[in-house]
Amino acid sequence: MIDQAKEAFREEAYELLSELEDSLLELEESPGDLDVIGKVFRAMHTIKGSGAMFGFDEVAAFTHEVETIFDLVRNGEMSASKELVTLSLRARDHIRILLDHEGPLDDSVAGQGRDLVAAFRRLTPVQGGVQLSSPAEQSGRGGSFEETFRIRMRLASDIILRGTDPLCLLEEIFELGTCRVIAQTDEIPPLEDLEPENCYIFWDLILTTEKGVEAVRDVFIFVEDEVDLKIECIDRDGSQDDEEVHRRLGEILIARGDVTDAQIAELFADKKPIGELLVESRAVSPGKVESALQEQEHLQKVQMQRKTQEASSNIRVSAERLDALVNMVGELVIVQARLSQSALSRGDAQLISIAEDLEHLTNELRDSSLTMRMLPIGSTFSKFKRLVRDLSQELGKDIELSTSGADTELDKTVIEKLNDPLIHLIRNSIDHGIEMPEQRQAMGKSRQGTVHLSASHSGDSVVIEIRDDGKGLDRGALLAKAVDRGLIAPEAKLSDREIHELIFAPGFSTAQAVTSVSGRGVGMDVVKRAIDALRGTIAIESDIGKGTCIRVKMPLTLAIVESLLVYVAGDHYVLPLSSVEECIELTREDIDAAHGRDLIPVRGQLVPYISLRKHFDIQGELPSIEQIVITRVNDLRVGFVVDHVIGEHQTVIKSLGRIYRDVEGVSGATVLGDGDVALILDVPNLVRTVEEQAVV
Amino acid sequence: MEHTDNATRQYLTFILDDEVFAQDITKVREVLDYVNITKVPRTPDFMRGVINLRGSVVPVVDMRLKFGMEPTKQTVNTCIIIMEVVLEGETAVVGALADSVQEVLELDSSQIEPPPRIGTRLNIEFIQGMGKKGDEFIIILDTDRVFSAEELAIASASADLAATDSVSQSL
Repeated sequence: MIDQAKEAFREEAYELLSELEDSLLELEESPGDLDVIGKVFRAMHTIKGSGAMFGFDEVAAFTHEVETIFDLVRNGEMSASKELVTLSLRARDHIRILLDHEGPLDDSVAGQGRDLVAAFRRLTPVQGGVQLSSPAEQSGRGGSFEETFRIRMRLASDIILRGTDPLCLLEEIFELGTCRVIAQTDEIPPLEDLEPENCYIFWDLILTTEKGVEAVRDVFIFVEDEVDLKIECIDRDGSQDDEEVHRRLGEILIARGDVTDAQIAELFADKKPIGELLVESRAVSPGKVESALQEQEHLQKVQMQRKTQEASSNIRVSAERLDALVNMVGELVIVQARLSQSALSRGDAQLISIAEDLEHLTNELRDSSLTMRMLPIGSTFSKFKRLVRDLSQELGKDIELSTSGADTELDKTVIEKLNDPLIHLIRNSIDHGIEMPEQRQAMGKSRQGTVHLSASHSGDSVVIEIRDDGKGLDRGALLAKAVDRGLIAPEAKLSDREIHELIFAPGFSTAQAVTSVSGRGVGMDVVKRAIDALRGTIAIESDIGKGTCIRVKMPLTLAIVESLLVYVAGDHYVLPLSSVEECIELTREDIDAAHGRDLIPVRGQLVPYISLRKHFDIQGELPSIEQIVITRVNDLRVGFVVDHVIGEHQTVIKSLGRIYRDVEGVSGATVLGDGDVALILDVPNLVRTVEEQAVV
Repeated sequence: MEHTDNATRQYLTFILDDEVFAQDITKVREVLDYVNITKVPRTPDFMRGVINLRGSVVPVVDMRLKFGMEPTKQTVNTCIIIMEVVLEGETAVVGALADSVQEVLELDSSQIEPPPRIGTRLNIEFIQGMGKKGDEFIIILDTDRVFSAEELAIASASADLAATDSVSQSL
């Protein structure tokens, strides 16, 4: 149990730490932002509090020191300097180490902690340095929770004569939170008796506030003697059972003492709304009923809000269970396809309609279970902020990371697997792309370089761009290097795109010196392979002197993919629909017209094609008309010759298992409606193998 | 797998090209009728392809080709023995194509002799021992070896290479 609780705490703390990191970086940009300072403080405070509770004493003690400083910052006694942010980031890392640490601290870790604390103390202004008391006590209530108060404010009748404006009091209360006010006017005398300078009105207020009852009383602090104040708490966040709180109007009136139980019971036989009845019987004035009604409504609203907030809050589910669910949905999709097929072949109308209903449900279930695995990519982006900050400091460059599209959602596994390639790409941009500030200035650019990271949807894929305004790729250097490494022949003529693609070749690194950041020569080819493995593509655009843009295109999910089902000599294959452009026919005449070359004109452009029969060594008689599926891989169009195209297919991706893991040209398998297995073609890989063969 | 104890073990016997083979039954999951096998292109012939086993994709090996015999001809008796093998420390599910399945046989360890050095058509590496039932000899396979990583690594090599390899394995 304890271990579980500790684990839960750790997880929560990791999250808080990453929020803390974001907030700190934000703070660095806008040092005066009180909201951000508050966020930093609260994260620290929570880590400290729950850390102590679960026995992470070192964490609690250390965090306390940092929190103390931020309390000063929060109170405006200290400014959030760059130094402080740097130190706090280091402190964050230290907390992380402490969290992972089991058993007694070794000297280096403890020493690091002491150094950090000492550094913090040095930053603390003198007058603040002594009072290292817990800031949580000062702030009163650690977490804020909402309470709803019923306030009846009856002012002395001569209050206006004494120079107090009731309106000011009301306005002050309004500032505390959401408030409804009902003026009770039944004590206003007939006009002939009315003393114009007297106050005959009293007020019922329903106030929902986080500030507590004391704050309400404070409003009346100067009129204490002239006010008859009744404050009752009628609703507290979490403390009251919500079910019984939707109180009836009558109950509210009874609770207020405006009407008795007996009066209600007497009237209850009648069917009119109770409010009306009460007014008719003159038991209460219309104003009071109005006020009670307002209270009822207000409470309902507050509680509804809370409920929806609770409902929209999250449940932690382990990724494993989610994967199991998605797998199961995958099976369901297959079974459903089988059912539809056999229903169609039987021609039983009733069965077909059931199969169609099931199809709808299955599709919805598939979509919603897949969205469960979707996460906004922003979490990864914020990690990069830290990376950019640390790296640019290390390299003495001034670099800003801007991001857009952080709320673009991608499959959890894709995000995780993208992390390393993206880090690599960003490192490359910082290390090789962006110049030193002096160099930039000399070139007439701003001293500060920018790396822009953006994510956006495009069809059924997500495009992630890493754009820098650095020096761009040097074509000459790339070519020289490629020739030097024997990757291309010295006399080879390459297009710009081909030259840029050279950096993805294995063992290619253009950095003059090996830095700790990059330049070990295991660079871009690894990135490319990682992205290929995720069925993504990577493209590069560069303008010398202006910058480089790397565009990574990823499928939304890895579990299920829309694809095109084709048939070749007794077996079925599927091609991911995202890479398919069009399907055309290939006749004997076309083949003859190409004079033995595997090229076909598609609207004026010659497109090379690969015969799957030939490539896969499949024997058997060719159909008289074959079909070509034209695919596009990295702006390269390649056709695949198949016997015929069957149509679109929902492909649930299955691994081929360990035994077939080294097979080239096939990335997985799927089960078809009739229970047969179809292979998923690895289009980029096929294109590459064929290209390589052509070179040989 | 060494048998130092005198325990009786159960074996599933099956026929490949008129010879009786046996397989430790603890490794056998189930026996299926022949179903359509999807060939994975550019793999050796003995790797017959993959089948759909209730939603998961399971590779199938043609045992006759693996042991250098004529390819399996499909009859009503042809079946796929689904078994678990340990591949690089992990359990994997593999199907083996056999001419027919015979029976479950109990063999005492005293009834099992070490594999002969000569006289078998297949690599003695693959043989765990020779069981005896009446006058009949039964070849007890060591399936972990048959499906070992090195044996299947051939799958990633080209088909021609694998073909010569499997020929060289037969005596």
